[in-house]
Formats: sequence, C-alpha cells, structure tokens
Amino acid sequence: MGLIQLGRHEKDGAPDVITGSLEKAVNWARKGSLWPMTFGLACCAIEMIAAVSSRYDMDRFGAGVFRGSPRQSDLMIVAGTVCRRMAPVIRKIYDQMPEPKYVIAMGSCATSGNIYDSYPVVQGVDRFIPVDIYVPGCPPTPEALLDGILKLQERIMQKRVFVTQPDQIKAHLKV
Amino acid sequence: MHPLLDRIQQAFSSGITGLAEWRGDVAVTVSRDKLHEVAQFLRDDPWMDFDYIVHVSSVDWPDDEERFEVVWEFYSIRKRHRIRLKARVPESDCVVDSLTDLWKGADFMEREVYDMMGIRFRNHPDLRRILMPDDYTEGYPLRKDFPLRGKGWRDTFEFLDEISR
Repeated sequence: MGLIQLGRHEKDGAPDVITGSLEKAVNWARKGSLWPMTFGLACCAIEMIAAVSSRYDMDRFGAGVFRGSPRQSDLMIVAGTVCRRMAPVIRKIYDQMPEPKYVIAMGSCATSGNIYDSYPVVQGVDRFIPVDIYVPGCPPTPEALLDGILKLQERIMQKRVFVTQPDQIKAHLKV
Repeated sequence: MHPLLDRIQQAFSSGITGLAEWRGDVAVTVSRDKLHEVAQFLRDDPWMDFDYIVHVSSVDWPDDEERFEVVWEFYSIRKRHRIRLKARVPESDCVVDSLTDLWKGADFMEREVYDMMGIRFRNHPDLRRILMPDDYTEGYPLRKDFPLRGKGWRDTFEFLDEISR
C-alpha cells in the first residue's frame, strides 16, 4: 500500500491529503484481518493447528485469530472429511458468517472426498458451499495452507468492493 | 478344553451349537432362543463373572441359510478372562434378544448393529438409528448387498432448497 498516511508529517511538511483507491484500502484491510472459523473435521485440523502455532505462525498474515463463532469470522477453513450428516451444519455455519466471507477447502477430503468414495461421505464440500481456494494434500503441510491463504489474499485484492459482485460468487448456490 | 467352555457345556444341555478355542480366544455359539439365558449365566455364575460388555457387532454371511451373526464380547474385570458369544439370525425374522437388561452398556452398541445391519433387538428400551439420521431411508449400509456408494443420499442436499426459498 504505502499510500495511507494519517496525520501531518511535522518534519518535512508533507500534505495530509492523499489520493488513492479506497477499494484497494478496503481490500487491504480485509485481507490483513482474515479471522478463520475453528472448523477441524479430521486429521487436516492437526496441520491447521500447526500452521497457527509458533513455527509457522499464520498470524503473520493476519489469519491467526481463530474464532469459535461464525458471526465473528471471515474465513472458513473446511479441514477434513465432510460427512453427509455434517453437511447441513456446515451450510448453516456458512450462512451465519457475515459478508464478506471466504472458504478454503483444505485437503483432498474437503476438495473431492479423497479415497472415501462411500455412502456417507460428501464428494467435495463445494457441492453445497462456494469454495474460493482448494488446498491439495493429505493432509496438506502448514506451508501449503499458508500458500492457500496467500492465494486467497491475492484474490481478495482483486475483488470489487463498491460495485456489484459477479453472480457466481454470491451466496446462493444451486446444485 | 478351556475351563470356561467346560463349565458352559456342563451348565447347558441344549442350545449351545458350537464351542471353539483358537489361540486363546474362546467363542461360544448359541441358538437364538437360549441367548438371554446363556448371557445371564455368563454374568451371574461365580466362575464366569463377566461384568463388562466389550462390544456388540454383527456379521453378514450372504450365502448362508441364517444370514446374520450377532457377536458379543465380554470381559471379566475381576477374573481377567474374556469370551465371545455368537448367535445366528435369519434374514426373514431379523430379531434377537436385547442384553440391555443385563449390561447397560449394550444399549448404544445394539443400536449401532440395528443401524448398520438392520437386526432388531427385542426389549431394547430405545431402538433407534444412532449413526445415520432418523429419516434415513436407504436401508442398512453394512449389509453386503448395500452399494458401497449408497443410493444417492450423499449427493442430495435438500437444505439448499430451503435456503434459496
């Protein structure tokens, strides 16, 4: 960014009026405070925990403040195998999240069902909620999850804020 | 023969259809109508003293005349021995006595057998599905003739229609 300046620079007398894109400023604020939902379903959650703790420290990217409530979250990391019986719960939690909201499908199970091609396992969480980023791996390493978050931040920077979003990223989704 | 098997054989003149011991595992097969009686004996007899029910499970043998087999595992915490009890159940009359009156712990495990294999337990206090939802209509998923991928339930998301309405 580098364009935001608050207050007057007393030393060099630089002006306190700055022209820049407000859209960019809003997107910058959004990408820098991605609060994820605590949503571990299986072994991927262990890697998600590792990504938050000190060695990988996801907080560096502003995505380390895990919330226990969907109403305080911006990002849902679906980490693990999604069973069909869990699906309405995930959808309800997703609907409770305030806009703007993002979804990362972490790992092969949330992406496609992985090897669990059986009667209770949903073959990919994107069948009932829109997914922004898919992180491959079984489970993905913390680096892979961080990469997914960085990719999501790039995407957030490209989103339009003060004009209507294109239809395909709106919440209602027909399967 | 194992002393447990000896004692069971002495106590019951009929109803025991098989006694087996293999590498320290002791298994008794009983006929369905004698099941509750034998289970009561396993719990109350001072030489048996099985006070802990480890597991209830079931097996599907699609080619056999009596298709299903319910298996109970018991352990005696005081005497430190264990035993396996089996009973065959035909598909036409898929009912077996519940052991919840003897071991409370059988409750959920019998519900699981009912949910997955469709074997009903007589006198069970609350025989409902436990893993699958109550309104699940596709049948019993662990039967051998159930398709591995189910019958479409995993791909139907009726709650999406409620949201968009």
